[in-house]
Amino acid sequence: MSQIESGMPGAQSGYIKKELPKSLSKFGASLLIIGLALGLISYLVDPARSAYGYLTSFMYLVSIGIGSLFLVTMEYAAGAVWSVPFRRIAEFFASVVPLFIILVVPLFFGMNSLFSWTNPAVVAKDQVLQAKSAYLNVPFFIIRDLVIFLIWAIFYFVVIKNSRRQDKSGNQALTTMNIRLSVALIVIFAFTVSIISFDWMMSMEPHWFSTIFGVYYFADAVWGALAVLTLASVILYQKGYLTSKITKDHFYSLGTLLFAFTVFWAYIAFSQYMLQWYGNLPEEIIYFMHRWNGGWKVVSIILVITHFIVPFLLLLPRSSKTNFKLLKFVAVWIILAQFLDMYWLVMPGMVNNGFEYSFSWTDFTFPIAVVGLVLVLFNFVARKNNLIPVGDPKLKRGLDFHL
Amino acid sequence: MTHNDNKIYGVAALFDNPDKIIKAVKKVKSDGYKYYDVNTPYPLHGMDEAMGLRPSRLGYVTLFFGFAAAVFILSFMWWTLAISYPLVIGGKPYFALPAFVPITFEFTVLLGVLSTVIGMITVVFNLPFNSHPLHDTEYMRNVSADKYGIVIESADPLFEETKVRGYLKNLGAFFTETIYEPEKETYKIFQPKFLAFLGVIAILTSGSTYVTLNKFMYLTPFDFMLNQKKGSAQAESNFFYDKREMRTPVEGTVARGYIPYAFKGQADPKEFLSNPLLPTMKNLQLGQKKFLTYCSPCHGYYGDGDSRLRGQFPAGRTLHSARVIGFSDGKIYNIITNGQNVMPSYAYQITRNERWAIINYIRVLQRAQNPEPSDFTDIKEINKESDKNVPN
Ligand code: HEC
Repeated sequence: MSQIESGMPGAQSGYIKKELPKSLSKFGASLLIIGLALGLISYLVDPARSAYGYLTSFMYLVSIGIGSLFLVTMEYAAGAVWSVPFRRIAEFFASVVPLFIILVVPLFFGMNSLFSWTNPAVVAKDQVLQAKSAYLNVPFFIIRDLVIFLIWAIFYFVVIKNSRRQDKSGNQALTTMNIRLSVALIVIFAFTVSIISFDWMMSMEPHWFSTIFGVYYFADAVWGALAVLTLASVILYQKGYLTSKITKDHFYSLGTLLFAFTVFWAYIAFSQYMLQWYGNLPEEIIYFMHRWNGGWKVVSIILVITHFIVPFLLLLPRSSKTNFKLLKFVAVWIILAQFLDMYWLVMPGMVNNGFEYSFSWTDFTFPIAVVGLVLVLFNFVARKNNLIPVGDPKLKRGLDFHL
Repeated sequence: MTHNDNKIYGVAALFDNPDKIIKAVKKVKSDGYKYYDVNTPYPLHGMDEAMGLRPSRLGYVTLFFGFAAAVFILSFMWWTLAISYPLVIGGKPYFALPAFVPITFEFTVLLGVLSTVIGMITVVFNLPFNSHPLHDTEYMRNVSADKYGIVIESADPLFEETKVRGYLKNLGAFFTETIYEPEKETYKIFQPKFLAFLGVIAILTSGSTYVTLNKFMYLTPFDFMLNQKKGSAQAESNFFYDKREMRTPVEGTVARGYIPYAFKGQADPKEFLSNPLLPTMKNLQLGQKKFLTYCSPCHGYYGDGDSRLRGQFPAGRTLHSARVIGFSDGKIYNIITNGQNVMPSYAYQITRNERWAIINYIRVLQRAQNPEPSDFTDIKEINKESDKNVPN
């Protein structure tokens, strides 16, 4: 596979396949094992609490995976050329998508400690929950979420397979097919991402509702996916795994997109906050009360600073988007800030189920496993494939891209 | 356009493809020319680098004005809504930051964009400048179509017409042209025709605006609150048999919360009510407030009987007389409720609780003029306590 057939768009790309270092997958595997082992301990210590920790990490993983898949489809749907050299990396990160259907299973067993609406005694006393029970009931919940994860997985396999087959054939028809699939997937995304975020995060506060919540989660997902994409692209480029034909203009575009989604998240988050703050209705404001009282106030303020103000200011100057050191720093920063956001979304929901939140190390066991899993998978898929879509007809234009 | 043949603006040269012009520009730059400019039909990649242009500083204009706009509008809203004319809107604090964010955002964008555009037009493009020497030249005609051109200006120290012409030809130009400064043209702006034209425009626009706004687009002011379907006092009713909108209470009933006063209209009943309120800090503060509002105009701020009405109404008596000190709380309550001689009843203005609170406060005023020795020792303690407990 390392041989690029002549006549392929990639033949003049200067790309030569290099194996990723073995140590990477070893490192990833050890993180995965350590994370899982610690996670198991946390489960034994406090099963209910570990469900929250697991959910936080799971939603984080979902956001990275689905955000990456979205970036791939967005490139096809928009006919973008500049991002073609980076598409493979997004595809590799999207490889976690088919795993959701397995990784979600443990959560189904923890639903009783996560969602008060699963408790018939609570529902019997609560008119609102009775009215919502047509949607919020356990069988429907499990079925629809499994179906959604299945749909994502199928789309992932088809789109990615087309993309890889093109490495050999360079067939334009595969791009055309992927464009169609991508447009369909983007529409499906709009609904499914909302449903997943409604189900796993919003229904934790079963009285609360915010129609923009799905968009909020989507903004997070794309932002986080862009951050891991930027981080991986810069590192791989610097180490010479990609081609030297990639220019600063490519990274400038990545940085700009990262900047745009920083602002997008802030816009969405603020829209949600301001409307509910202004309306001040008990069933709406409760969500923010849970994230303001009991020490969460500090976290909320830190979230605004880390999730918006710092990345915004760092990415604002033109020069910072082509500064590799800074790009890497911001990407890592964003990865952490996004985890904080997931934490902020999930953890305060504990009060709805009669738990008292107190800081606990157990919440940070599963994230170790997440990092490990992503590294292992990335390495696994990257070994078998070119890091650049050498058969993509748009590759030449993509590499020639100038601002 | 007439050209003044004495003053040369520069020498222009045309090239027929982008590669040639970029090569030429690089050479011109490395040969030390400083005053030159390039014109192309569309932006050329790599031209900035070839010319050694620094990134535009226009961004700083945007940054400055955007930031200034944010600061201005935030302090404007703070001053108008929290300082100059404090308004409670929707039960929010005066300085309701989240509500101000959208306006701040819009204003930042607005001023940022406007300043960028205006800055670009005036500073970068040098407008209004409509007699550029390159206007109306063969050179300009070509670079506006499909050729790529460079002008070396006479301001350059290395400039010498024939030498530069030859130099540019050597670089591969297929056409060179000497450009002359245009003669200064003056326009008479205030010609009668033009003034008449302005006048007609003014009359037409203001007239049509007036007609449109007042005749075609006239809307009744927002008065939905006035036009509710509700009964109003003193109005005639088609619904009730006695044709009165205003209803009298059903016989034998009282309004909710209303407790009749047993000694109504009795100047000197045999017995009195007793005071249900304790003289707590809160009650005394309520009493003080109400006393200052209702009683002090006639009885003075401290109840000394020094009326502020300057003889427009008989001055109230002092409340520090042995007589009043001897009154029971219930007796004073009776006076407030029924009035006494010329002093009118305050039953309608002051609620029952407030009346008792006023009485407690009068007792404080009286005690202040005849303190017990223990008051002086206690006062320090009380001051300390009240500093701690009572919000101002
Ligand atoms: C409009 C002016 C006015 C106001 C306001 C007013 N008073 Fe009087 N008050 C008088 C006058 C005049 C008298 C003397 C009546 C009389 O000649 O018996 C009087 C008498 C009194 C007396 C009896 C004093 C005495 O020696 O017989 C008391 C007690 C009293 N007022 C309390 C109050 C209180 C408490 C308030 C506030 C709720 C109040 N007054 C408000 C004008 C006023």
